[in-house]
Amino acid sequence: MLENIRNSLRGIWSHKLRSLLTILGVIIGIASIIAIVSIVEGTNQKLEKSLIGSGNNVATVSLSQNGWYYDASAGLPAGVPMMTRIELDRIGQLAGVEAVTAYVSRQAWNAVFYLDRPLSYGTVYGIADDFFGTMQYSVARGRNFTEEEYNKGFKVAIIDGNAADSLFYGEDPLGEIIEIQQEPFEVVGVIRDDNAGEKEEYQSINDYYMYGWESGQGRVFVPERAWPIIYQFDEPRSVGLRVTDTKDMAPLGKRAADILNENVTNPDIRYSAGNSEEYADDLKTLTNAIRLMLVSIASLSLLVGGIGVMNIMLVSVTERTAEIGLKKALGAKRRTILTQFLTESAVLTSTGGILGVAVGIGLAKLISVVANLPFGVNVPWLLIAVGFSMAIGLIFGAMPASRAARLDPIEALRRE
Amino acid sequence: MLLELEHIYKEYRQDQLAVPALTNVSLSLDKGEYLAIMGPSGSGKSTLMNIIGCLDRPTSGSYRLDGVDVLSLNDNQLSEIRCHKIGFVFQSFQLLSTETALHNVMLPLSFAGVPRSARRDIAARALARVGLADRLDFLPNQLSGGQKQRVAIARALVNDPQLILADEPTGALDQKSGAAVMDLFEQLNAEGVTVVVITHDGGVGSRARRMLHIVDGEIIEHKAGLPELTEEQPQ
Repeated sequence: MLENIRNSLRGIWSHKLRSLLTILGVIIGIASIIAIVSIVEGTNQKLEKSLIGSGNNVATVSLSQNGWYYDASAGLPAGVPMMTRIELDRIGQLAGVEAVTAYVSRQAWNAVFYLDRPLSYGTVYGIADDFFGTMQYSVARGRNFTEEEYNKGFKVAIIDGNAADSLFYGEDPLGEIIEIQQEPFEVVGVIRDDNAGEKEEYQSINDYYMYGWESGQGRVFVPERAWPIIYQFDEPRSVGLRVTDTKDMAPLGKRAADILNENVTNPDIRYSAGNSEEYADDLKTLTNAIRLMLVSIASLSLLVGGIGVMNIMLVSVTERTAEIGLKKALGAKRRTILTQFLTESAVLTSTGGILGVAVGIGLAKLISVVANLPFGVNVPWLLIAVGFSMAIGLIFGAMPASRAARLDPIEALRRE
Repeated sequence: MLLELEHIYKEYRQDQLAVPALTNVSLSLDKGEYLAIMGPSGSGKSTLMNIIGCLDRPTSGSYRLDGVDVLSLNDNQLSEIRCHKIGFVFQSFQLLSTETALHNVMLPLSFAGVPRSARRDIAARALARVGLADRLDFLPNQLSGGQKQRVAIARALVNDPQLILADEPTGALDQKSGAAVMDLFEQLNAEGVTVVVITHDGGVGSRARRMLHIVDGEIIEHKAGLPELTEEQPQ
């Protein structure tokens, strides 16, 4: 076998141009498959990173109405009791939950101003003192709210970096007064999200759609006790929970929602886990479907390449009729001849596969640099690609090889 | 008895017509013999050689080679027979032009399943036996016609066959190298190798110890030593 492979390589090398042209289809097919897989893989990685954040393990549970976010401005709906410490403690005792916090929030369209500059898109949060710790935000500048500010609902605010940029244009926000719903709040701190690896950070796919590409995004935090000053009493609260293992985010989010739903009697309204991992998974399903489609198209070029290989193998059998006849006369069995030609076509297409992998890696690298995507080539796909090209050689080489094996040695020898 | 052919009849189909090539050939050959089968072209001698060489099957008749009923064997078994019991020498040498003399001679060893490590030595010995010990790594186009034919003879010898079957071995050679090849056959026969030469050349045939004429598909035997005046020359 080794000898067959060596002879095949020698044959390929002695007809360099012809071999190259023959396997061009295979090279192009394999290269495009590798490139496509890398792009899709890279897109998935990027999605995962920007939607979930690397190592993020915070899930949120919020009210939803018929599958949409419940509009908090309508107040606490009928059949939904106010969330209490009891439910929160039960959630906190679930295995795998590290910390839990409750908060209220509103999408803020032009609700926050500094002088005459609005925060056109953003979210205002009413939080308790366990919020930052649970969500893993830390105070980058200034300070956290004091216990008194939390407990008595002082009109103080903490903003994130995006809100600071949008409102203050790089000026120092600390000690400045911003208006929330026409009420003055003093900015005491700026927080940083410890989990956000990239510049953008989205809590959910809705955030992504809502202000992912808008300027003026940002988050503003006030003590929950100050919430009635700007909005109203008895607004529905959401729950944020930090889990030990990122993989548990979805199931623990669901269990938390189940606990909260025990007290909900309104059939239209449920608590549901807004888990960004699930959204990312949805998107990945989509990109994977696209990958399947593109790979199928690229496979067509492999099919064409295979037919080219079959063609050239038939030519090769005809050219070497005398050699085949001689070998049979000298005692070569059908199987020996069959193996020789099958090996030759498999080695030919495997060479194409290896070259295609090399070209594909180059393409993928280029695209990842140009399109600013992670480089998504992985070893299993490379092995599959080479194995697949070898299989093409075996499939399309079968007909020429069996024709060679069945040659009549007398005819073949006479042909010279 | 090495070869026993009885009442061999062979016809070819051309369109609807049956064209007989051999009508009734019976022939037997002992180990160690040196036989020439002579005849003009179209006499059926190539057909007979193909049948003896297990490359073709007769339409009817029986053929035993070394006690084996060849006609009952399948394709694979015939390959085995050709591999181990018969060494072919062709008019046009039939060497692989991209391989060295040594590798050409090693070819039948690979079909016989001889381990790789042993092949080189065995092939080199066979080449030494035909006087080409110093030409191992020459490509065929670097060798003269006579040398090429000797490489082919070494290749025929390399699996220690019962029988060397040579088809017009001097047909493509000049007088001198043709004579050298015939000397080689004589020497090999003296060493105990059974040789069958098929030729239309009376000079080549007369070197054999036994000679058959084949005319229109039938055999006329001449004992060695008899005068060769009756021989038909091809027109």
